[in-house]
Amino acid sequence: MSHPIYIALIPLIPLACFLILGLFGRKYFSNSAGIIGTLGLLTSTLLSLSTAYEYLFVSGKVNGVFQKIEVVKFTWLQFSPGVSIDLGLLIDPITVMMLVVVSFVSLMVHLFSLGYMKGETRFATYYAFLGLFTFSMLGLVLSSNIFQIYLFWELVGVSSFLLIGFYFEKPSAVAASKKAFIVTRFADLGFLIGILVLSFYSHTLDFGVLIERLTTSGSPYLTAINAASFLGVSALTWGLLLVFMGGAGKSAMFPLHIWLPDAMEGPTPVSALIHAATMVVAGVFLVARLFPVFALSDPAALNVVMYTGAFSAFFAAVIACTQTDIKRVLAYSTMSQIGYMMFALGVSKYNGEDGLGYMGSMFHLFTHAFFKSLLFLGAGAVIHMVHSNEMKDMGGLRKLMPITHISFLIACLAIAGIPPFSGFFSKEEILMASFESNKLIYAVALLTSGLTAFYMFRLYYSIFWSKPADAHHHGHHGEGTLSMKIPLILLAILAVVAGFVPIASWITADGTAIHSSIPITFSILPVTLAVAGILLATRLFKTSNELPERIAIQMGGLYKAASRKFYIDEVYLFVTKKVLFNLIGRPAAWFDTNIVDGFMNLLAKLTASLSELIKGYQSGKVQDYALYFFGGIAGLIIAFIYLWK
Amino acid sequence: MSEIPLTNILFLSTGLFFIGVYGLFTRRNMITMLMSVELMLNSVNINFVAFNKYLYPEKLDGIFFSIFIITIAAAEAAVAIAIIINLYRSHHSIDVEDASEMKY
Repeated sequence: MSHPIYIALIPLIPLACFLILGLFGRKYFSNSAGIIGTLGLLTSTLLSLSTAYEYLFVSGKVNGVFQKIEVVKFTWLQFSPGVSIDLGLLIDPITVMMLVVVSFVSLMVHLFSLGYMKGETRFATYYAFLGLFTFSMLGLVLSSNIFQIYLFWELVGVSSFLLIGFYFEKPSAVAASKKAFIVTRFADLGFLIGILVLSFYSHTLDFGVLIERLTTSGSPYLTAINAASFLGVSALTWGLLLVFMGGAGKSAMFPLHIWLPDAMEGPTPVSALIHAATMVVAGVFLVARLFPVFALSDPAALNVVMYTGAFSAFFAAVIACTQTDIKRVLAYSTMSQIGYMMFALGVSKYNGEDGLGYMGSMFHLFTHAFFKSLLFLGAGAVIHMVHSNEMKDMGGLRKLMPITHISFLIACLAIAGIPPFSGFFSKEEILMASFESNKLIYAVALLTSGLTAFYMFRLYYSIFWSKPADAHHHGHHGEGTLSMKIPLILLAILAVVAGFVPIASWITADGTAIHSSIPITFSILPVTLAVAGILLATRLFKTSNELPERIAIQMGGLYKAASRKFYIDEVYLFVTKKVLFNLIGRPAAWFDTNIVDGFMNLLAKLTASLSELIKGYQSGKVQDYALYFFGGIAGLIIAFIYLWK
Repeated sequence: MSEIPLTNILFLSTGLFFIGVYGLFTRRNMITMLMSVELMLNSVNINFVAFNKYLYPEKLDGIFFSIFIITIAAAEAAVAIAIIINLYRSHHSIDVEDASEMKY
């Protein structure tokens, strides 16, 4: 294994960038902040790649099975001999994959932002926040125990909050950052309770030990956690479901997804990094981390994961078809793809070839990170050009921005699942896994994949075709700087070739390679559906026409409901503002102002009136004091003479 | 020469003491107040000497005590006069009614 120092440096370099740029950036590095951040990230990326290489090819495999290796471990907080919170670095296949994905996408975003954020007054602060985020995310994937992951989980939430609210002059950005923070915090409450439940029964926080104790059949811990129950559900299921609730909040699963579309208020490269490729898959990562417990001990909880994922995937795809803000379309498509990853975990089993879903989920996470961040960065380039997020302000850009156009097209083909682009391979694995385990989920997945192709090409045509090229008078600057083009090109290459990475032999639930291949006949149906979706989008959106309008009118209420995101936000507003505020908030506020504060005010008033009464005795006159003194002495004398017995 | 009874001397000292108390409470001038305090001290001295002479003529404790009191009264007068001088410097007056800022 490569030296632990190198692995520890992977998250620590971005942290150093954050500290340096955060403390001194505005004063000393207002111009060079981007370069410093990017170089730091480059180092981290190279270290991640070398760590991944070391692990996958040299030291990770023992007897054909990938091991979990804890490279660093020390006790952080010791409460009593048996109870301590440790910090450590854990290396296993999903960790090295996430290391590579996070550091690489972050590097691309750093590079892209050099051009995109140029001239911002808070340029250095922006890079400091990016550093903080990258540190937290890398720390999250390296965490060796469940409490440590929770710390980094919250740090990720904070940096996401800071970056969404980066343009804090805009009220909408402030509202969006608050919303994201509150919704994910609410979910994290569940996560924390889940952690407490699991660690209470397993007597450990460490992932390796926890998983071992809760999966070995007949172990006293497993018996205890299964025996304890609340509302007829076992403590294990409660613990896992609550942990999943945290994951669902971060990964924007229905019904905790409402923050993700609003989070698009942040700068576009940030959306590419946080809300597409890395942070939002933290929930998937968490479920994958605890996957043995889910799969071996509690299939019921895994079913919840499966149905939540499948429903979110479909639900988001429908909404994505109706949105007009290009970043919101991408946000819903992200939610939909993460739904894919979730239900792929849900349909998976633990052992050997049955772990196809797990592998497919991780594979999709891997490929999705590249093509989705590419889509976001492409959208960023477009927004940079036309200064608008709305589809109607775009169209006909393919001549003006050739590189963006080609890379965007590649990403769309990848997400639509057209061979040989990367999304095809990962989606096939997921579809195969769901086909083998649950036909209903398979049908939903197939339908969603058709919808995905449709809305992605709706987006593509609306941006790059639809109108004649000369419709734009704002082509006063070109496609963007070289630093904006390089990430697009690199990510486009990866979106093409990432599907050929042999994830199946590296990342599996039980560490052994999967060798099954998918018969070509199986691929016919999904690819046909995807092509049908693309053709439909071509018919409707390639040239500007009335057809989409007419269809929208014919769909009537359904279209309206979808474009209003099925009124989920309104439901939340109703529940919080009308129900919670009136039924709980107001009585609590009344109790606080009248009873709690009232008691304190009463005490204060009593003290004040008493002191008002007696303050005259402190007159400031020496002779008065002398009089009191003599009076006191006289009183004492009388007491001593007549009352002392 | 007939002996003066002890009670007469005690009446004298009691009278002297309450003259002092009266002066302390009624005079506003600090010098006068200081003089009143001296009167009270001296009435106590008379008591000590008288009790010593009439009750324990063979002992000297009462006389020693009155010498100590005279010494302390001298020191006390020095401190009091220093205070009075400082008061005069800050307030241009030695009237105690003028120095009543230290109140609620």
